[in-house]
Amino acid sequence: MTKINANDVRKVAKLARLELSDDLIETYTLQLEKILEYVAQLEKIDTKNIPPTTRAVEVINAFRDDISQNTNIREELIDLAPHREGDFFRVPKILSE
Amino acid sequence: MSISEWRKKLVLGEVSSLELVEEYLLRIKSVDQKLNSFLFVNEEKAKARAKQIDEERSAGKSLPPLAGIPIAIKDNLCTKGIKTTCSSNMLSNFVSPYESTVTQRLWDAGALLVGKTNLDEFAMGSSTETSAFGTTLNPWDIERVPGGSSGGSAAAVAAGLCVASLGSDTGGSIRQPASFCGVVGLKPTYGRVSRWGLVAFASSLDQVGPFARSVADAADVLQVIAGNDTKDSTCLDLPVPNFAGSFEKPIRGLKVGLIKECFDQEGLDQEVKKSVLRAAHQLEELGVELIEVSCPRFNDGIATYYVIAPSEASANLARYDGVKYGSRSEEEDNLVAMTSSTRAMSFGQEVQRRILIGTYALSAGYFDAYYKKAQQVRTLICRDFENAFKKVDVLLTPTSPTTAFKAGAHENNPLSMYLSDLLTIPANLAGLPAISLPCGFDHSELPIGLQLIGNVLEEERLLQVAHQYEQISNVMKNRPKGDFIPG
Repeated sequence: MTKINANDVRKVAKLARLELSDDLIETYTLQLEKILEYVAQLEKIDTKNIPPTTRAVEVINAFRDDISQNTNIREELIDLAPHREGDFFRVPKILSE
Repeated sequence: MSISEWRKKLVLGEVSSLELVEEYLLRIKSVDQKLNSFLFVNEEKAKARAKQIDEERSAGKSLPPLAGIPIAIKDNLCTKGIKTTCSSNMLSNFVSPYESTVTQRLWDAGALLVGKTNLDEFAMGSSTETSAFGTTLNPWDIERVPGGSSGGSAAAVAAGLCVASLGSDTGGSIRQPASFCGVVGLKPTYGRVSRWGLVAFASSLDQVGPFARSVADAADVLQVIAGNDTKDSTCLDLPVPNFAGSFEKPIRGLKVGLIKECFDQEGLDQEVKKSVLRAAHQLEELGVELIEVSCPRFNDGIATYYVIAPSEASANLARYDGVKYGSRSEEEDNLVAMTSSTRAMSFGQEVQRRILIGTYALSAGYFDAYYKKAQQVRTLICRDFENAFKKVDVLLTPTSPTTAFKAGAHENNPLSMYLSDLLTIPANLAGLPAISLPCGFDHSELPIGLQLIGNVLEEERLLQVAHQYEQISNVMKNRPKGDFIPG
C-alpha cells in the first residue's frame, strides 16, 4: 500500500463533504499515515480463498407483508429541518453559477 | 442497592417510587457537577411517572419487573420528545420524533428515565474525551477518564446516580468503561437486542447492552431489552431464554479458555494480568477446568476494526447533510458547499478522522486492499473463536490492558488511544456476547476488569460463570470513596 499524502486526504475530504483548512489537512495526513501504517499489518496475512465476513451472526432475510401504515409523523419530521419552507426542506441552489 | 433489593423495598412499601427516584435525582444534583456523566436530567417527567407507579401500586395493580427503577440512557439512543445529541454539535438540538425499541421496552417494564448520559461523539472514542460537551470523569479518581465511549453510563452507575444504565458497544464501548469504573457491563450477541433507534455508528458491530452493579442486575435489564424486533432486520427472531436461569447451577466441569495471545501482550499491565489470572484460579476452585487456547489472529483485531468500523461509519454519517435535521452552517452559495461546511463545523476531529479513514478505505482503487482484506481477516478471527469454542465453554481475558488512564494521556495520538481496545474488539468482529466485571484493584486503587466471552447466543452460560465468580470474589463490595460513595 502506498503512503497517504495531503492530496489524497484533500480528495477524500471532498468525497466525504468535509471542507477542511490546510492546517487540518496536514494534521489529519500525519495521523492517517500512522493509522494506515498500523493497518498495513493486514497485508502480511494470507487470505487467499478466504471469504469476506460482512456480519458475524448470519441472519436470513427478514420478510414481512408489504402493508402500508400511517405513522402520522410527517409534520414532526419536516419540522426537524434547519430550514423549512412550508412542506419543503429548503436548500441552497444545487448548481453553482 | 441492586434492582432486586429496591424491588423488594418497593413491593413491601418500605420506600415509594417517588422517594426512590428523588434520592437518585438528589445525588445527581450533588455530585454530577464534578463528574459530568449526565447531559440531561429528566427530573419532572421521572417524578411524574414515579407518582403514577405509586398510585398503581397502592391500587393493587400488578406491576412489571422494573417498576420504579431509575435508569440512565446513553445519549445515542433515541428518546421521543427528549434531546438525543450523540454528544455532537451536529445533533445538539435534535429531538427524536420516535422512541428506540430498547428504551420503549424499559419504559413498558416500568423503568424510569433519570437522564441521558455523556459519550464520545457518535460513540467514537475510548475515554469520553471526544464528547462535544466536556469529558466525563471517573468517580474512582477524577483526574482519570471513565473509559468510553459509554463513559457517562458507566460513571453514573459507579457513582450511584442510577440503578442501571444502557450503553452501546461497537468495539468495547460498554466493557472498557465498565472495567475502568468498576461496574458490570454486558455486550450481548449481535442481533440479540434491537438496534432500532440507536444512532448508527458501525452497523455490523453496534449492539446495545446494560451497565449494572451486579451480574444479576445486568441480566434483569437484558431480559427486558432482548428479543426480536421487526423494525431491525438484523435482530434475531429467536426465543429469549431466562438469562438468570442457570445462576445457581454448578459450574463444575465447565471449561474456561485463557486466550494465550491476550496474556502475551506487550502493553498488558502486570497488575492487570495478575489480577485476571487470580480470578481464573478462583474459578478453578469452583471446579472449572482452565485450558490455554490460541487465537492466532486475535491481535489483528484492531487493524481489522479500524478499517471496517470507519468504513461503515463514513456511510452511516453521510446522512448528516444539513438538510433534513441537525445543524446547518450559514453557507448559502450552493448545496455541496453548505453540506461540506456544516460537516466541517459540526463534527469533532475524531469523527472527521474516522470519516476520512472510511472514505479512503472504500474509495476506488483501495477497496480491495483495505475493506475486502479486513473482511477476510474478520473471517479468520471468527474461525479462531469457532475453534476455541470447540474446546471450551467460555473464554477469559482482561477487559482492558490497563486501568483507567489520565485525561489527556492519549492527546494528539489517536492510534495509541485505539490500541486500548485491543482486547474487546474481537468479540464485536465475531458478534459474540461478552461481559466485563470487576476482579480487583491496582496499586492506585483503580478497578480492574475481567472479560468473559461466550459463544454466539450463549448469554445464559456467560452470565452463569460471571455470577458465580462475582459471588466468591467480593470485589464489588469496594466502592468509590468520598463524594462518590453510592447509596
